[in-house]
Amino acid sequence: MSISVPAPVRGFFRRHPRLTRALELAVRPFEAASKKVVFGCKMCGQCILHETGMTCPMGCPKTLRNGPCGGVRMDGRCEVIPGMMCVWVKAERRSRWLPWGGAILKVQPALDWSGAGSSAWINVLADRQGKEAS
Amino acid sequence: MTRPIAPVLRLEEAFRSGLPVVTCEIATGDGADPDEVLRRVRLVRDHVDAVNVPDNTAGIVHMAAWAAAALLAREGVDPIMHVTCRDRNRMALQSDLLGAAALGVRNILCLTGDHMVHGDHPGAKPVFDLDSLQLVSLATVLRHGRYLSGREIRPAPALFPGATENPFAPPYDFRPLRLQKKVEAGARFIQTQITFNVKRFAAFMERVRDLGLDRTVPILAGVAPVRSARSARYMRERVPGMEVPDAIVRRMEQAGSERARREDEGIRICVEIIEQLREVRGLAGFHLLPIHWEEAVAEIASRARLTPARASLSAHVEATARDAGSADARRDDREGALLNRHREHRA
Repeated sequence: MSISVPAPVRGFFRRHPRLTRALELAVRPFEAASKKVVFGCKMCGQCILHETGMTCPMGCPKTLRNGPCGGVRMDGRCEVIPGMMCVWVKAERRSRWLPWGGAILKVQPALDWSGAGSSAWINVLADRQGKEAS
Repeated sequence: MTRPIAPVLRLEEAFRSGLPVVTCEIATGDGADPDEVLRRVRLVRDHVDAVNVPDNTAGIVHMAAWAAAALLAREGVDPIMHVTCRDRNRMALQSDLLGAAALGVRNILCLTGDHMVHGDHPGAKPVFDLDSLQLVSLATVLRHGRYLSGREIRPAPALFPGATENPFAPPYDFRPLRLQKKVEAGARFIQTQITFNVKRFAAFMERVRDLGLDRTVPILAGVAPVRSARSARYMRERVPGMEVPDAIVRRMEQAGSERARREDEGIRICVEIIEQLREVRGLAGFHLLPIHWEEAVAEIASRARLTPARASLSAHVEATARDAGSADARRDDREGALLNRHREHRA
């Protein structure tokens, strides 16, 4: 994750796994509900919204995290769901408005599916993804 | 002692020569008959440096790409195996790449894959565990002797990973940047989507040159012959990510329905596009996609004077040898010099 969390915070969460788990249980429904309404969040557990122009890449039928596929229609719509605008067409457009829009150029590693369903917020604070999460 | 000139130049060496490279995609056939694959590859092998083998293209099931690619390798043709993320997760992808490398398949083209909704099994479960860019990274990790898990591979597969880019699909401004990301992830060569709109392709390449990518990675422009007005219309309307200008559809309609005439017109358009693309700076060669029409490749190669790098190199070395009489040392010298010159150019 590119959001840097101060070492003492990470350390705190590392030292208190049970507290982290309790906090996660409390935060998760709130995170899921709010991000679902605003961004169509799929709770992948490794949020990169801020690097994709605040557009959730998991809404892409191919769940592409590094850019659009070659099948985007000429009008910018998705090849799989013609009624939907391509997630990456939106991401590219929106990232131009963000001061940190260049983050869209970052090469995103493969998603750790063992962390799917967990709270990305807590994962960032605890500096973890995947296995240990959820 | 005369050293025979290698009849097959590995794709990587062909690129290193700096000479124009030609590749071609063939159909792998619907059945389990190896002769069908070999029949198609024999129609194109003399005109190209390497042959692409698609992986369930358009989401329609065909013979496995690794098997078809291995058949080609056995025939002495350097295959480029397409690998898509649609049907396999990261574990299957890794074992497939290792297996392919063991069968002599080194060049792999990393693709996202056409979605199955357009294919013959729309109800299949989409995998897309990785995306094409992560697949390039994966191939690079394997090449350097590690699995994605970090575990060591001995020996590491000598993979030569490539990627694609489609300059004809939105967001147009992002396409060159996506190409840059793929190069960063480890792509060693690029093959593009079929070019019908040369103007848009030239604009794309201008941005690619600005980013300096043409000097970092060889880029092959995709070109294809259209066989009929019907197929031109089909590509324009039904194939997402394909841009066929109305002018081309009109020309094909004017050519009529008589087979010889419309096919001749299709080849003529393809050759014209190749000629126009030769004016675009920064290209390393051409990638032909005859779409089940491998018979057209010889005609296109002859009319457009497309010569694979290995043929140019052999001709060059032979000419040098004739000039120098029997001085073998000098032949090696010249060949080396040619390779070095282009290495410097690329550096």
